Amino acid sequence: MAAEISTAQTSSAAVDVIVMVLRRLFFSAVGLGILFALWWFGGWLLESNPATMSFADFGPFPTIDAVPYMVQSGTLLDASQASGYRLGIGLLLAIVTGIPVGILMGRSKVFRKLSNTPFQFLRMVSPLSWEPIAVIAMPTWDQAIIFLISMAAVWPVAFATAAGLAKLDRAWFKVARNLGASWWDILKEIILPAIAFDVMTGIRLALGVAWIVIVPAEFLGITSGLGYTIQDSRENLMYGDLAVTILAIGIIGFLMDGICLALIKRFSWHRN
Amino acid sequence: MSRSGVQISVQDLTHRYSSRGPVTFDQVNLESKPGEVLAIIGRSGCGKSTLLHIMAGLLAPTSGSIRLNNIEVKEPSPKWVMMFQAPHLFPWMQVSQNVGIGLKFANFAEDKIRERVEKTIKLVDLEEFAESNVQDLSGGQQQRVALARSLVMEPEMLLLDEPFSALDAFTRASLQKDVRSIAKSMGINLVIVTHSIDEAVLMADRAVIMAGSPGKIKEEIMVELPEERTAQDPEVQKIRGHLMETFRQASTATH
Repeated sequence: MAAEISTAQTSSAAVDVIVMVLRRLFFSAVGLGILFALWWFGGWLLESNPATMSFADFGPFPTIDAVPYMVQSGTLLDASQASGYRLGIGLLLAIVTGIPVGILMGRSKVFRKLSNTPFQFLRMVSPLSWEPIAVIAMPTWDQAIIFLISMAAVWPVAFATAAGLAKLDRAWFKVARNLGASWWDILKEIILPAIAFDVMTGIRLALGVAWIVIVPAEFLGITSGLGYTIQDSRENLMYGDLAVTILAIGIIGFLMDGICLALIKRFSWHRN
Repeated sequence: MSRSGVQISVQDLTHRYSSRGPVTFDQVNLESKPGEVLAIIGRSGCGKSTLLHIMAGLLAPTSGSIRLNNIEVKEPSPKWVMMFQAPHLFPWMQVSQNVGIGLKFANFAEDKIRERVEKTIKLVDLEEFAESNVQDLSGGQQQRVALARSLVMEPEMLLLDEPFSALDAFTRASLQKDVRSIAKSMGINLVIVTHSIDEAVLMADRAVIMAGSPGKIKEEIMVELPEERTAQDPEVQKIRGHLMETFRQASTATH
């Protein structure tokens, strides 16, 4: 009898999960459908007005027509790889810098007091406004773009790390010391696992900011990347190619955000 | 593990939190025999928790010393471990990982950690929860994990800072009994700080009363009772009454 009840409860839970996933998929599909309809309507408006007719390739159907060329010629892949490389290095530098800085902010009152005003000031400076300085300071355009991405991405990582540390139960450090932990043990076994969720949330925010910054950052000085492809397509009046690139930026960003969300779930130890 | 415990000597211990701050306690002297369970009773603010933190090496005394068989306590060590009022478990870890964390800090080999953790989890009756996340356990079970985390280090002295005060009466009674019997079987000296006279009588071999500001040891009372003791035993009630009266006199004398 108990086994039957348990089996029935398991089946009921599985049905609930399936219903929840289907409902979520349904709403996503409907939302995308509405977006596609608005896009089509915008394209139709452009096409129906003689003054804007030349921009009609922004519409969904010319864009879909442009996809095979963009894929088969390797334009999309090359551009994505170039942007991905810059994003990866820039984000890595932001993480490598942001986490220790955030830990210092969270652990040292003096450092927190010293750094709060200058960091808040720097955080509010648009990352793109560093571009002239980056171009002068860095030997290559690639490095200048990587610098801009790092400048954009470092603050979410640092502040999220510091916020994660501020939430930690101070007694954990006392317990760890009581059990003979060294400072390295405390960092490795207590601090990093405890703040992993907040750090990943910061990385997710940083990725979003960096992905937004990379496109305008690639508008100047270089001949590769998604930003460059947009600029190049615009100058050559290839609006279909431009729209495909925008579509690719959205899809790649969406996938990267999904990976970050999965990692956040993986590292989260919080109940509810 | 079967040992007979250590001789604990607290000599002329004085503490103040800052050079201009008030003295927390003054010239405290204590001796505890090997394997003894010593209870320190006192009102809030008399410095008993601070005393325990110094005994664990988590705080430095202003003057005086603590020795375990002539080894001076100067910093935390797996040989003297403290169990706190709240379990303070690491919530991202399973029960077994929480229990074994101290051994990991001490660089024990993986198989040795597994062996000791299994044995200790069994000792505190948590075998079926070994792989559970600690957030899924009740308050009493979490405190058992904290106890196992301390016991797994096989300390010579276990310091308990009101560890059962947040638990319900049944869980508290069961843990009081278990902690005493485990400590006796492992030859661990127990030092319990509590403001519960019942707890002191049920767990201790000897109780000291701390009172005043700055705190001082006012009285020492032997708790000569059989191992099996309950709050209803006439002998327990008699010592409880005596302890209560002494505590009242010590407290009023300092007010």
